[in-house]
Amino acid sequence: MKIVVLIKQVPDTYGERRLDTTSGRIDRSIDPVIDEITERAIEVALTEKDRSDAEVVLLTMGPASAVEMLRRGLAIGADRAVHVLDDALAGSDMLRTSAVLAAALRREGFDLVITGNESTDGRGGSMAAMLSEQLSVPHATYLNAVEITPQSVGGERAGERGTRVIRATLPAVISITERNPEARFPSFKGSMRAKKKPLETLSASDLASGLPASRSRILTATARPARTAGRKVIDDGSAAGELVDYLTSSHLI
Amino acid sequence: MTNALALIGLTPDGTVPPAAAALLAGAARLGTPVAVVVTGGALDEPTISALGASGARQVLHYTADDLAESLLTPVVDALAAAVESAQPSAVLLENVIDGREVAGRLAVRLGSGMVVDIVDIRDQDGLPVATTSVLGGAYTVESVTDGGPLIATVRQGAIEGTAAAVTAEVISAALPPSAMPSAVVESSNDAQVTSGRPELRAATRVVSGGRGLQSKENFVLVEQLADALGAAVGASRAAVDAGYVPQSAQVGQTGVTVSPQLYVALGISGAIQHRAGMQTAKTIVAINRDPDAPIFDIADFGIVGDVFTVVPQIIEKIGTAAR
Ligand SMILES: Cc1cc2nc3c(=O)[nH]c(=O)nc-3n(C[C@H](O)[C@H](O)[C@H](O)COP(=O)(O)OP(=O)(O)OC[C@H]3O[C@@H](n4cnc5c(N)ncnc54)[C@H](O)[C@@H]3O)c2cc1C
Repeated sequence: MKIVVLIKQVPDTYGERRLDTTSGRIDRSIDPVIDEITERAIEVALTEKDRSDAEVVLLTMGPASAVEMLRRGLAIGADRAVHVLDDALAGSDMLRTSAVLAAALRREGFDLVITGNESTDGRGGSMAAMLSEQLSVPHATYLNAVEITPQSVGGERAGERGTRVIRATLPAVISITERNPEARFPSFKGSMRAKKKPLETLSASDLASGLPASRSRILTATARPARTAGRKVIDDGSAAGELVDYLTSSHLI
Repeated sequence: MTNALALIGLTPDGTVPPAAAALLAGAARLGTPVAVVVTGGALDEPTISALGASGARQVLHYTADDLAESLLTPVVDALAAAVESAQPSAVLLENVIDGREVAGRLAVRLGSGMVVDIVDIRDQDGLPVATTSVLGGAYTVESVTDGGPLIATVRQGAIEGTAAAVTAEVISAALPPSAMPSAVVESSNDAQVTSGRPELRAATRVVSGGRGLQSKENFVLVEQLADALGAAVGASRAAVDAGYVPQSAQVGQTGVTVSPQLYVALGISGAIQHRAGMQTAKTIVAINRDPDAPIFDIADFGIVGDVFTVVPQIIEKIGTAAR
């Protein structure tokens, strides 16, 4: 079985993330890290590799700095990595991104594609579904737990109004939620071996001609004023009363 | 006047959900509001009048035999057919998991632009302009799309006002079998609704608990304060990971984003990823025994104290104040 895992580099959520208010684009130079959810996606693939002879390929579209997270993914056990790297793709919207990734997936071939359910920067939460539409394969998405068989993939799908058990025939695209386990750590041996594993770099023109243009456009972007601290009381037995008075005078109760 | 579509997902018992009014109100700002409804069987009279009461001038109703079993595909097919027939300037959906995935698939199918999790929408000379609040509410962004309708998912509770009530005209059609393969839904497990407690995403008051609650048993304290305030229950990721509450209660970067009038954080340190989901609340109250907890940096009223001491006193005093 061939599993392709889509991974993404994002600005670290622990840091101060910035949006360029002129272009409306996220500043990708600040603290770039692998999006935690895509690290969990690698773990799902590696768990399958541990028990079968699956081949695990990492795929990302992103800036040159993304190569570090590909190396780390190789160090924890992925077999190969593909990096779509092209300045012309910077600032692509979700539609254009899905077309690029779909072209790369078609070129690579796959039985199963695994993505995170939602990135921490764009928070679109629909890339896997978009890829399924691009590739005409089913999507079994937002899985809290993943069960893979030689013919199918499925599990519990998260939802605001309850969960569902779903299953798709392979080839398919799945996305996973943070209910799935965290990724394993690289060993010294793994890191050494990773240096010799194939890492291919592709440009947009290697993939397809006629990629769609971005269809969404940012008109304005403005920073919101930061919040400031208000009153802070140390409880000496009267804090509860003070809070209730505050809520009452603010018409909150 | 141009049409604007709103996808209305009926509740499991076939009624029009509260979210319908906001979607149709958003559509009404852009053009003639048209509801798109997909069902397994016929649409009954009370449902049609409820859609009209929420502002739907027209209801494009599609029936699909495989609606319950085929994951999302019949809904995407129905919306694509509705766009074809109504030629709308926008398609609005709820910003829930299903809504976002349907929106994404429709965007691919139509080659249209999409904007996710919008908090406002307006018409600018015939062009729909969508507002989003991004990077944990740190920025406000206005976007438009080129070529084809704007496809947008709308954050619950974000659009104010309602569309004028009308009598809805219904056009029904059966969907042909889909050309697209789907995942199969093998079983469903509907979330338990705790009667009387508001839903987190739409609530005007939220009380959240964190790791400081220490156990599932102790987490009841969060629920008791929530009930005293008429609030919804939220949680930090640490509380979810520890199994005190289901994941649907998680507030933050990878959970729900809330903007209530009042947000109360109990035993939550206020990690940046938690703040990303609640810092646009109007008033923030925090109770934490660590005076240096970062949550105090954004709290309008902070109490340095033990939740197990302070919260029962608050509940008691609210009871007294109400009497
Ligand atoms: C990619 C990513 C996404 C994330 N997404 C989210 C998210 O969506 N939501 C989220 O919440 N977190 C998220 N996190 C995790 C986040 O970084 C924190 O780990 C988490 O918010 C901590 O939860 P907490 O405040 O409950 O726990 P802690 O940080 O452990 O804080 C517990 C607090 O309780 C206080 N306390 C303990 N006992 C008492 C007592 N008796 N009385 C009063 N106070 C007490 C302590 O002083 C402490 O401040 C994410 C992290 C990453 C990396």
